[in-house]
Amino acid sequence: MSQQSARGFEDLDLRPSGRLSPRKRARVTRGVQYVVLLAAVAAILASVNWTLMREKIFTLEAIRNAAPNIPHAFGNTLLYTLGAFGVSLTLGTVLALMKLSSVKVYRWLATAYIEFFRGLPALLIVFAVAYGLPMTLGVRIPSLFLKAAIALGVVSSAYMAESLRAGIQAVPKGQVEAARSLGMTHSKALIHVVFPQAIRIVLPPVTNEIILLTKDTSLVYVAGMTLAEWELSKLARESLAEPVGGLTALFAIGALYLVITLPLGFVVRRLEKSFGKAKA
Amino acid sequence: MRVTGLRKSFGNHEVLKGIDLQVTPGEVVCVIGPSGSGKSTLLRCVNLLEKPTSGTVELLGVDITDPDADIDKVRAHVGMVFQAFNLFPHKTVLGNLTLAQVKVLGRSREEAEEVAMRNLRHVGLADRATAYPAQLSGGQQQRVAIARSLSMDPRLMLFDEPTSSLDPELVGDVLAVMRDLAAEGMTMLVVTHEMAFAREVSHRVIFMDDGAIVEQGPAAQVIGSPRTARAKLFLHRVLHPTEIAEAELGETEPIDPVLDREEWEELHGS
Repeated sequence: MSQQSARGFEDLDLRPSGRLSPRKRARVTRGVQYVVLLAAVAAILASVNWTLMREKIFTLEAIRNAAPNIPHAFGNTLLYTLGAFGVSLTLGTVLALMKLSSVKVYRWLATAYIEFFRGLPALLIVFAVAYGLPMTLGVRIPSLFLKAAIALGVVSSAYMAESLRAGIQAVPKGQVEAARSLGMTHSKALIHVVFPQAIRIVLPPVTNEIILLTKDTSLVYVAGMTLAEWELSKLARESLAEPVGGLTALFAIGALYLVITLPLGFVVRRLEKSFGKAKA
Repeated sequence: MRVTGLRKSFGNHEVLKGIDLQVTPGEVVCVIGPSGSGKSTLLRCVNLLEKPTSGTVELLGVDITDPDADIDKVRAHVGMVFQAFNLFPHKTVLGNLTLAQVKVLGRSREEAEEVAMRNLRHVGLADRATAYPAQLSGGQQQRVAIARSLSMDPRLMLFDEPTSSLDPELVGDVLAVMRDLAAEGMTMLVVTHEMAFAREVSHRVIFMDDGAIVEQGPAAQVIGSPRTARAKLFLHRVLHPTEIAEAELGETEPIDPVLDREEWEELHGS
């Protein structure tokens, strides 16, 4: 064969090497996966003692016993979440701006705060706010709502600050340059150009943070609460002590948490989708 | 616009090595040269998007390198067009054009919209006023960016490689708008790789290499018959990219000053 002539393909062996072609093999594998799944489900259904299960987690009487307290416990969970979110967002914004500050000391302080509170269990902070502050500094926070908001908000703000900072930094540098070159001051560029774009970016992580806060309100009971201050987890703990129903109240209250968190998750996914569209 | 003794370093790397440049009202000046020669940095130093290490920049009669100068007031009247357009994605085309007019110049919404629409007609995009930037082609976005700057009633326009990120067939639309502007007497400083534009529209062409102005003069002379070896080589390679023989490939190296000290010294006389 001379050097100039085009190269053919007769010398290549392109037949499938196994007995099945790759695509046929994939189809068989998928079939096997379905069979395994069905077998597992059947095994579980057969092995469960349904009568016992019903008695322990689905006794209507237990739900009836807890019912009078459910509305205000549900309300309090929402209230503590909102309070903590308020603290978290305010403190988080300040910390994020500190982290982006041109003053080195502010950056250090913000970093120290974030690393400190990110590394400690929220439960510990609730203890510290409820008992540590009055014992050591003589600071007595008057209401449980405030204790919850401060303790959970302080922890959450560390995460919030990182989300907000990342959102602000995700806005391309060219946006600030364009705004500044049109004569806007630094703060006008932030307010009219950077923040509106950063909000779209941070909405999903911020909504996630609300979901986390909702669940963390289950730690507030360690601060000690009156009946009127009960939230869902406290109610669940008390219900466990009832003679009937076993875990029923626990399951019912778990479902109530989902009533709060599932719609939020849905909102996050919707937001992510719609912002994805606006960008394309 | 007057730049005197402008130097700029990033760390140990000196990008601009003492630039003196003056642009008089009504003049169109194009800056050409290889990548990394400091063209864009020069432009960004002119409106202080980059802070010069030393030297002075005088814009519209104000020494903006003086810490007492109000840079924002000066910038409001110096348009800047970026390679990446940098339109505000969360605002409509009209919103992009009116934002700074209202927030910086203090115009009423009605007045700002009137000015905006006039400038959109100018760039041929009046029918896209309610669109979002993401819905426009690159060429349209760049024309909107030009209209956004024009809406501020600029006395000087800076263009930083305005056509470099455009599809080839959209370049012409943007250049046409710029040509119109030049014909209307707008003072323009343009960093560009479009030699045809530089040749036809500009009053003066500056050739930069390695942070210094190597050669400048009328477009026909600098582009048509460059005097320095560096400019000759650059223009040959840009204007006739298919004529580079295999034996010539090594000649890309003069672009890196470290590798070609001899040529560098020849150009800078040091």
